[in-house]
Amino acid sequence: MKEIKVLGSGCNSCRKTMEMIAAAAEEKNVKIVLEKVEDMQAIISYGVMSTPGIVVDGEVVHAGGLPSRKEIDLWLSQ
Amino acid sequence: MSHAVQSASLSALKMVPDRYPRLFLLIAALLWGVIYANLAGGAAALTALLPVDQQSHLAGSLQFLIYEAPKVLMLLTAVVMVMGMINSWFTPERTRSLLAGKREGVGNIMAALLGIVTPFCSCSAVPLFIGFVQAGVPLGITFSFLVAAPMVNEVALTLLFALVGWKVALLYLGLGLSIAIVAGWVIGRLKMEAYLEDWVRDMAKVDPAVKTVSINMADRLHAGFNAVKEIVGRVWLYVVIGVAIGAGIHGYVPQDYMAGLMGKDAAWWSVPAAILIGVPMYSNAAGIIPVVEALLAKGAALGTVLAFMMSVIALSFPEMVILRKVLKMRLIAVFVGVVAGGILTVGLIFNLLL
Repeated sequence: MKEIKVLGSGCNSCRKTMEMIAAAAEEKNVKIVLEKVEDMQAIISYGVMSTPGIVVDGEVVHAGGLPSRKEIDLWLSQ
Repeated sequence: MSHAVQSASLSALKMVPDRYPRLFLLIAALLWGVIYANLAGGAAALTALLPVDQQSHLAGSLQFLIYEAPKVLMLLTAVVMVMGMINSWFTPERTRSLLAGKREGVGNIMAALLGIVTPFCSCSAVPLFIGFVQAGVPLGITFSFLVAAPMVNEVALTLLFALVGWKVALLYLGLGLSIAIVAGWVIGRLKMEAYLEDWVRDMAKVDPAVKTVSINMADRLHAGFNAVKEIVGRVWLYVVIGVAIGAGIHGYVPQDYMAGLMGKDAAWWSVPAAILIGVPMYSNAAGIIPVVEALLAKGAALGTVLAFMMSVIALSFPEMVILRKVLKMRLIAVFVGVVAGGILTVGLIFNLLL
């Protein structure tokens, strides 16, 4: 079970990132808990400077811009 | 058999950007140049094939559209691609470490310049702002960056260059940077640190040093591809609409339609009015430039139009609502006042001089 958080305050690419991760997990049959973090103080506590940020099991793996499908697959398979 | 060969050669072709990024760039640049150089001839030939009266106004408009739309899109693609690759060097983290502890003045100039090359999206304004302040970048210098980043960017400059002309593009670059530098400097002088929200002031400081992540040429190339996909994918429709306005309406709306309202001889208050109209409008550079082009063509004065454009892009309600989470009202008011004042000055001076 992976815990994935998307950090971002409701911008377009944040929503798209959520969808991409959900779709990839379903396709690969990986169980995840997907959560969106919109609270600014919480986002900043992860130390990211650009959104969407992605946190997998407590570790920041991405910040700023849409992730690629290849990257998502990699995070899911680790 | 031939199918297997075909798919094998296709996948070999797909490997080129990864294995030989420099070779790929060279070939792409050559191809780009050849196509770009032949656009005018191609458009003329294509128009000649169309079943319309070749002498008519319609044929002229069509040829303009067939030539101009691909031209602008090609220019935009090339610029966004190159900037995407350059952006992969200037990450927000690196920019922050360049600006941390800089003195006012030099720092403001650097911040405004870095604002051009650092990727920025207004939805990231707050985390970026905090990241800068946390690492010890002075407040005024942070604001110089925050003003320049959305206003002076490659999409705005390329579109201005392609649709309105290089002189206006250069003016916009110079004036946008000046406003960012001066506004940030003024805010720094006013010593407004007390008007950050309390939790922002009390945050732990962080070390601005960057972890160096090595990126190779192939990665940069992919960063460029991504930028093209994201940015050109988002704005191409605006560009086509903008060109269509240029191709169509120019001939039909009276040339001086806007002159009385926004022209040189309009009342002095047309500049502040243009700024006020611009603030609640929320648009990016790509959305506003077709409007700019149409306004200019219809006799609106350059200063008024530039002021309008800058206020739409640099001052927006949604961004202020987001910034309210980290700034107290008073600092937001000063920020808006100083930037609007800068834009106003630019607009008025322009209308006087030109």
